Amino acid sequence: MIALSDYLIFGAVLFTISMAGIFLNRKNIIVLLMSIELLLLAVNTNLVAFSHYLNDVTGQIFVFFILTVAAAEAAIGLAIIVLVFRNRKSINVDDLGSLKG
Amino acid sequence: MTFEQFIFYLLAAMAVVSGLMVITVKNPVKAALWLVLTFITTAAIWIIAQAEFLGLVLILVYVGAVMVLFLFVVMMLDINLAQLKEGFTRYLPLGAIAAAATFGMMYMVLGPDHFGLEVTGAPVVHDADYSNTKSIGVPLYTTHAYAFVLAAVLLLVGIVAAIALTLRRRAPKEVLYQNIDKQVKTQAADRLRMVKMDSVVEKSLPVNEEDSK
Repeated sequence: MIALSDYLIFGAVLFTISMAGIFLNRKNIIVLLMSIELLLLAVNTNLVAFSHYLNDVTGQIFVFFILTVAAAEAAIGLAIIVLVFRNRKSINVDDLGSLKG
Repeated sequence: MTFEQFIFYLLAAMAVVSGLMVITVKNPVKAALWLVLTFITTAAIWIIAQAEFLGLVLILVYVGAVMVLFLFVVMMLDINLAQLKEGFTRYLPLGAIAAAATFGMMYMVLGPDHFGLEVTGAPVVHDADYSNTKSIGVPLYTTHAYAFVLAAVLLLVGIVAAIALTLRRRAPKEVLYQNIDKQVKTQAADRLRMVKMDSVVEKSLPVNEEDSK
């Protein structure tokens, strides 16, 4: 029998991996987007595990909506990357300082 | 360790290793492929947690659509790999410390002390004829119908935004565009002009003398 804490710790490990990925790959927007996908996956794993243990399907419905939002976010993020690359011939984060923020 | 636990730990180890490869490999194409492996193993873990529908949706939608989109974009862009990887070793200690600290705090909250089997009890195991798809679908279309419609609108906005961002309109000198409004509004009278005129006999034709003989 798999305990709830096993699922939750698995989700926590994936979450920290993707968080470290955001720290390490600061120059590469594409890997940053992949890390965000991984982060959402870890959160969804937690929701699925709680839904299983509470015997309540609402958690899985929530995962469904998170997947929808994540898909839309990935599509728009990649569109922005393509646009940035077309205008600047580079996707290095350091080259994107024209707003002087 | 039961067989179920063995499968779970095997899949979890595969997902963690491939997740580590996603953030450490140099080539973004390989990172995307490792991310595909992470998604597939996590989908299997969701299926172990009796979320069969979501596991299959994760494979179909994420591996089938989103990751293919990622691969397309990565392969279309001409990326300088050496430039993108600089600073990796510089941020490695900071990233490792932050990750370890976050995981330590999460373990204290989510560990076996608070969410072990003795605390939560065993989950409900459904019968073989239990339909996970039906049990998700009925509340999705009844109690959560409004959120479902909002999700559909969100996807529509996503489509419009992605197309509007990447659409490139070039100058009319380079490309000829159709003006649909103008084409639809055109009347027959705009295109064809009827001219009334008398018939004219041309008299100044030179008479060929050899024909008249």
